[in-house]
Amino acid sequence: MTNHARLRAIAPPLVVGVGGLALWELVLTVLNPKAFVLPRPSVIAGKVVEQWSTIITATTNTGFIAVTGLIAGALLGIMVAILVSRFQIVSEAVTPLAVAVNAIPIIALAPIFNFWFGLRSPRSNQGIVVLLVFFPVFVNSVRGLTEVHRGQLDLMESFAASTWETLKEVRIPNALPYLFTSLKIASSLAVIAAIVAEYFGGDQAALGQLIVQQAALSRYSSAWAGVLAGTLMGMALYLVVVGLERWFMPWRVTEIERSGS
Amino acid sequence: MDSLDEGVDAAVVRAEIRRYERRARLRNVVRRVVVFAAFVIALSLLYSGYKAVGQSIDDAQRDWPVIGSVMPATNDLIMPPISAILSEFDDPPQRRNAKTLGQFIFEASLFTAREAFFGFVAGIVLGLSLAILMLRSRTIERGLMPYVVVSQTVPLVAIAPIIVIWGQTNFGWLPFTWNAWMSVSIIATYLTFFPVAVNGLKGLQSPSAESIELMDSYAASRTQTLLKLRFPASVPYLFAALKLAASASIVGAIVGEISSGVGGGIGRLILDFASRYTTGPERLYASVAGAAVLGIVVFGLISIAERYALRGRAQENPVV
Amino acid sequence: MSTSAPVSVAVEARAASKIFSRGKPNQVVALESINLSVRQGGFVALIGPSGCGKSTLLRLMAGLVPATEGEIFVNGKAADQARRDRDYGMAFQSASLFDWRTVTRNIELPLELLGWSKDQRSKRSAEMLDLVQLSDFGDHYPNQLSGGMQQRVAIARALSFKPSILLMDEPFGALDEMTREHMQAELLRIWEDTQTSVVFVTHSIPEAVFLAQRVIVMSPRPGRIVADIDVDLGPRGFGTREDPEFFNKITEVREALRAVEVP
Repeated sequence: MTNHARLRAIAPPLVVGVGGLALWELVLTVLNPKAFVLPRPSVIAGKVVEQWSTIITATTNTGFIAVTGLIAGALLGIMVAILVSRFQIVSEAVTPLAVAVNAIPIIALAPIFNFWFGLRSPRSNQGIVVLLVFFPVFVNSVRGLTEVHRGQLDLMESFAASTWETLKEVRIPNALPYLFTSLKIASSLAVIAAIVAEYFGGDQAALGQLIVQQAALSRYSSAWAGVLAGTLMGMALYLVVVGLERWFMPWRVTEIERSGS
Repeated sequence: MDSLDEGVDAAVVRAEIRRYERRARLRNVVRRVVVFAAFVIALSLLYSGYKAVGQSIDDAQRDWPVIGSVMPATNDLIMPPISAILSEFDDPPQRRNAKTLGQFIFEASLFTAREAFFGFVAGIVLGLSLAILMLRSRTIERGLMPYVVVSQTVPLVAIAPIIVIWGQTNFGWLPFTWNAWMSVSIIATYLTFFPVAVNGLKGLQSPSAESIELMDSYAASRTQTLLKLRFPASVPYLFAALKLAASASIVGAIVGEISSGVGGGIGRLILDFASRYTTGPERLYASVAGAAVLGIVVFGLISIAERYALRGRAQENPVV
Repeated sequence: MSTSAPVSVAVEARAASKIFSRGKPNQVVALESINLSVRQGGFVALIGPSGCGKSTLLRLMAGLVPATEGEIFVNGKAADQARRDRDYGMAFQSASLFDWRTVTRNIELPLELLGWSKDQRSKRSAEMLDLVQLSDFGDHYPNQLSGGMQQRVAIARALSFKPSILLMDEPFGALDEMTREHMQAELLRIWEDTQTSVVFVTHSIPEAVFLAQRVIVMSPRPGRIVADIDVDLGPRGFGTREDPEFFNKITEVREALRAVEVP
């Protein structure tokens, strides 16, 4: 990429981001400098600095739930997908079912999980994240593993390739774009699910509890600081997934590089 | 479906195809219902079986190494029997009210569905507007798209109470009274606009270069191309998004109710029964089941609408 | 800017050039100084190896892309103006039918854009279905038709508003040989019925010779006209493909093309 192309790719989001923050700050400074329900960005940033250690502890605890749940849910989803996709009849029956089950508000299971796995145990919240991550990863993986170009399968068959070789050379590479699409969704979902599940139970020193308690005490800027921490964590996880996507699929030219050239 | 050869008697072939398609569609529906019923039965059997085993060995499985620590207890408080949960639907939960729990759950589901519906519609409007805006130029798309994506990492559902207060203090100028449930709709909107914007843009950009040139060759205006080509081409993509968005709007409404304490909906019901769990665990299970049914019903409605809207088109499965 | 072309000429290119990414390191001269005139009612084929700019030349004539230098006239007007006046209809390699419209409504698409009333539209689309012999298929959706039938619908759509010129970009390129020959005969019948001028881009030598009164041979990098071959085979029929003169013309075009490909 030339410098010019890189600038063209990076400048617009930068302008929107900085401009948006500046506008938010400016409008509130002029109209309502004491706004406390939706405070100015500088006030929220100040709170983060002020309560640094509390926020870091809470973020670490929530992050642990989100990351472990994400990894477990994704691995489970991929493994079951590989298993199911070996039998066409099973995958044709199970996929619409999984899509429908995915429409269930899984987060509503949180109180039941709390009683199952213990109110203060991390297990129940991890369980919620695992379930929430499992379905999109499973559904997309099955699609990626089964919606393979007929000609590529015929080619492998002409080589007398084994099922495993076909899986490794054709089906899995074909499934990767589908998988990463679902992982990108799941990565932000995992953080939000962990935070919401923390309303019901789990560790007390966690982002969900922090946000809810600060909001209940009308300390809105502190609650927003917790939201900011959650946002940054979600973005970080998302970027990790994007990084993994590039690592695993170097043949896929990314959007920015293609349009910038 | 195979394409027709030239010169075949069209009416006969058409009738044959229609009959075949109707039969295939019916078979498909029946199969899905059977699979779903089998799933529910299997889940109930698993639940009851685990409970029976656990009770027969006096919850001793909880002492097993490694997995034992995560195994739920099987007593009637932690895992009420399914028969008890089902019969609870018929019992009135309040002493001085003849309304059964089933009726309570049904009414609460409608309340939540209303919140979700307004949020859903607003989310579609917002998402489509963003998609059309981003369609106008690559620069706008590059500037906005990262923030559309980032927006979903903001745990806005977590600050529902703040949104309720913010809604009440900032929407006083509206011609109608701002109700707390409308703030819950805002949360549903926030979760809904994202898939609509992303898939909508993909769909609007999906027509081939030749189709666009065709419209240009007719000297069609930008609006005509949008309405006659881009928008219809985006419908399969939009429905894929709407299915996600419909569930998301229900989740948003439920979580919004739970965290803001706005009453009347299924989320609040779950919260209430969770806090009074020891006096009636069956009610919590029943209300969670109600929420699950609500999610699936809404999803089913969109799927039916999708089938109707896409009839006659080639089978398309856009990646979402 | 300059004088317009005489009206008896359907399409005229005067020293037309097209340069993509001009002044940048990846600059491509797609067309260089093209002079060509197609008389009204004529049938001209553009042939050449891929990258010779034949499709670009067609898009210049359609006013879809502007010429970098020189001028293009369609019916005596600048190409872009002719586009606005709907002077031509266009057909592409893919039929580019809209999935969500029935055959009839696909044919009526340009008429809707022109603001025709419903009655006028259905009257015309019935005529056009008749012309392409698909009257029984008006209520079908495109994906229920074979490739050849789809291409016939595309031609009916291109001609629905009775433009005086038909611009075709490898319309039969994706069809099998049998369907293709059938469609060629069909197109000639329609051409004779409607008196439309046709500019037809192809990379098939027999197709060009069978269809056209004139075959324009182009060379790549930069795109230029290297031969202009008149084909006088009289009215085409079943025998034409076995006529020695048909083979002679094919050989002539092939040799012109071969001269191009020598590095």
